[in-house]
Amino acid sequence: MNNSEFTEGLRGAFPVMASAAPFAVLFGAVAVANGQTVAEATLMSAIVFAGASQLVGIELFGHKVQPWLIVLSVLAVNFRHILYSAALTKYIRHFTLPQKLLGFHLLTDPQFAQSVQRAESRAGLSFAWYMGFGAMIFVPWVMLTAVGALSGRLIGDPKSIGIDVLLPIYFMALVLSFRKTANYLPIVTVSAVTSILAFEFIGSPWHVSIGALAGVILAALLPPAPAKAEAKAQAAEGGA
Amino acid sequence: MNGWFDPNMVALIVVCAIATFATRIGGYLLMNRMSSIPPRLDAALNAVPAAVLTTLVAPAFYAGGIDVKLAMAAALIASIRFSAIPILITGWAVVMICRQYM
Repeated sequence: MNNSEFTEGLRGAFPVMASAAPFAVLFGAVAVANGQTVAEATLMSAIVFAGASQLVGIELFGHKVQPWLIVLSVLAVNFRHILYSAALTKYIRHFTLPQKLLGFHLLTDPQFAQSVQRAESRAGLSFAWYMGFGAMIFVPWVMLTAVGALSGRLIGDPKSIGIDVLLPIYFMALVLSFRKTANYLPIVTVSAVTSILAFEFIGSPWHVSIGALAGVILAALLPPAPAKAEAKAQAAEGGA
Repeated sequence: MNGWFDPNMVALIVVCAIATFATRIGGYLLMNRMSSIPPRLDAALNAVPAAVLTTLVAPAFYAGGIDVKLAMAAALIASIRFSAIPILITGWAVVMICRQYM
């Protein structure tokens, strides 16, 4: 593995880690409050490793919801990863199979967004960078889950210390960083409006999948932006 | 096993982990079956980051109180000039000030 690529990945994920860390502690605390042991909460963070779905899952467990419904809800929250892995495919063709399997386990929202960005800006995504970025999120996530679980209500209400706004703001910065996407404004507008409507009338967590699908379907229906289409056509001719 | 793991809980966690991993590899498995990617599918895939990330932002703004709305607006302005950490600090500072004084 290339050391400087790995280090760059670690450094690149630092803001993510800073925004997500309180939620790992929160998850640990909530998990124990809802009947999990410290070991179970830590195991869940390590092998599920998807923050929003973990919180949804443990919340439902606390309400004594049927197990199959818990699994279905986890699937609903995580559905967006299907889109991520599909969109990431063209950038990771050079990974070996074990690298792909490990890579997919680490595939979170920031991991996906920043990987696409790096691949687009540098004409290639290295496994070393991908692992550096992933490790900077995974290791603290698992360790801080244990810390939160051990200390119970260490951080209390996330609102009282203002950390509830960190992730939406981080994701907003990421949305802006993709402004060169073809048909960016129509896609973002449709996804925003649809997700808000779905949030209001259908409910969380379905608004994520519904809003995302609306934006993605719109992108498929719209005519491609002319300049980009030409460049793509030329690239295809050159490559063929 | 007392104090560490309950078999039923571990089973539930493992099933949730398998379901999650299936979503993380599912799109790749679908794409891998195709020899070439039609242009409209390519356009759809290129829209994934903007489309999905937006759904994590817009409802948070919509459902948030005036404090959250102001914090996100301030962060949006900060994002014209600054990188991730200063943007986060700006939003955090605004929400804390709102909650202190409003």
